[in-house]
Amino acid sequence: MAKALVFIDNPGQALKKSSLELLTIARTLGDAAVAFNGGLSDDVAAALAAHGARTIYRPSASDLDDYLVGPKAAFLAAAATASGAAVILTENSAEGKEIAARLGIRLGAGVITDVVAVDPDGTAHKSVLAGSYTTTAKATTPVSVLTVKANSIAPEPSATGTAPETVTLELPADATAAAARITARNEKPASGRPELTEARIVVAGGRGVDGNFGPLEELADALGAAIGASRAATDAGWIGHDAQIGQTGKTVSPQLYISAGISGAIQQKAGMQTAKVIVAVNKDAESPVFEIADFGIVGDLFKVLPQATEEIKKHRG
Amino acid sequence: MKIIVLVKHVPDAQFDRHITGEAHTVDRSESILSELDEYALEAALQLTEARGGEAAGNKVIALSMGPAAAVNAVKKSLQIGATEGVHLSDDALAGSDAAATSLALAAAIRYLGADAPVDLILTGMASTDGETSLVPAQLAERLGLPQVTFAASLELDAGKLTARRDGDTHADTIEAPLPAVVSVTDQINDPRYPNFKGIMAAKKKTITTLSLADIGVDAAQVGKSGSWTAVGTAEPRPPRTAGTIITDEGDAGIQLVEFLAAQKLL
Repeated sequence: MAKALVFIDNPGQALKKSSLELLTIARTLGDAAVAFNGGLSDDVAAALAAHGARTIYRPSASDLDDYLVGPKAAFLAAAATASGAAVILTENSAEGKEIAARLGIRLGAGVITDVVAVDPDGTAHKSVLAGSYTTTAKATTPVSVLTVKANSIAPEPSATGTAPETVTLELPADATAAAARITARNEKPASGRPELTEARIVVAGGRGVDGNFGPLEELADALGAAIGASRAATDAGWIGHDAQIGQTGKTVSPQLYISAGISGAIQQKAGMQTAKVIVAVNKDAESPVFEIADFGIVGDLFKVLPQATEEIKKHRG
Repeated sequence: MKIIVLVKHVPDAQFDRHITGEAHTVDRSESILSELDEYALEAALQLTEARGGEAAGNKVIALSMGPAAAVNAVKKSLQIGATEGVHLSDDALAGSDAAATSLALAAAIRYLGADAPVDLILTGMASTDGETSLVPAQLAERLGLPQVTFAASLELDAGKLTARRDGDTHADTIEAPLPAVVSVTDQINDPRYPNFKGIMAAKKKTITTLSLADIGVDAAQVGKSGSWTAVGTAEPRPPRTAGTIITDEGDAGIQLVEFLAAQKLL
């Protein structure tokens, strides 16, 4: 049985859904092992066991979080070698991709990013050119590194959960030598809404919002949705840059994408392409967004959205 | 100081883009300087201008790897203000993945640092065509340098850099020794446009064309043979079609909820 190694970075008290997804994918490829950085709580250890982790590798050093990716890549390379894994899976975040990038060079392994599905033979499926093409790609090297997008698979516990063995790996002495170091960290206030890249529903606003995201936020909260924005809206300073969807922001693939006051220029349409269902509200009947909307409303978002919010509340009663 | 800025000639994202040929590569006609690289170039110009600019011996070298037309990305960079341009071009480079691209660029950067060391390598946050974000980190690994990606601010001082990086849940302050590889986001500055003076001055600036032989790289190490990944299939996503479009007559919000309920999305 080939081995698949999942990198889990500092999850805190509970594993993220995306980590459980990675473990679920890993089990389809072979025996699952985990390279784990950070403090391992009992709950997290139990979740790793329940999702089929056979071995948990941990670094000898505890200060990896003081650095950016270099030392983490060194640790992951050591875990890859120790486990003999043929496939290494990381999350598709900026940091996940960077660690994968450096790891690829260290191991001489092909790296494929933005993966949404993996076949048993290691073939990866992804979208390119902002969602306008779907491609398959495969590493031509014995070992491959894949960064997998959130919401790619439903996480499932393993039928045969066993207590994993834990292995501590010595880091090479030079692992932290020429590394960028984090000298200060400022926590941002939490919005209480789901994370944009992982949300099942996204409510996104553009120029037509004209500075007032209030009605979008109320609708998002009624639906349990995340808030997104076009570049025009974030550049105008109406909402934080964290909310930006698209080329320089986040890629989203929700079940439902509600676009309000977004005209639907090519790049904006690209950002919505992979949503299952698209709803568009815009005053201008000529907006290109209506070419791709499953349900389009030509109307004033400041009237339509609050009415929808009220109706949902009634519906839930 | 000596800064190298990586610039890429990419298909304009404001139009439909296509994948062509047996190797499933991106159609590069109608290409421009990648918009995201303009932020890296601006950052380099601001850093050198604060230190006396070209007159004080500071260099901003725009380096592009790509086919013949990619020289246009270098020219545009010179018009914006880079002091010299380098175009790494070789037929054997076609079809290079991130690993092969970073190998060729690392060799080109070593070549350019042979006479005087390079202090900083700046890149955009991603290419607008490949969108993998892998190359800056792979370059750092190959050159044995620290890397800071997605920098939203950047300051240099006495052999080290300080950058700010905005994450979803926190913002970090990061320090790294120089030389380093830094990729910058579109939040770092407002790139300048080339003006008439810049366009005229660019005509007198040097563009060096490098081949693989010049930088000591073997053709087998790059292109399709040097890549560690291969694309199997590429299919255009079936175009989405318009569904129901209604004009609000006072009850569109209610109709919207009925639609969501019918789709089982509530």
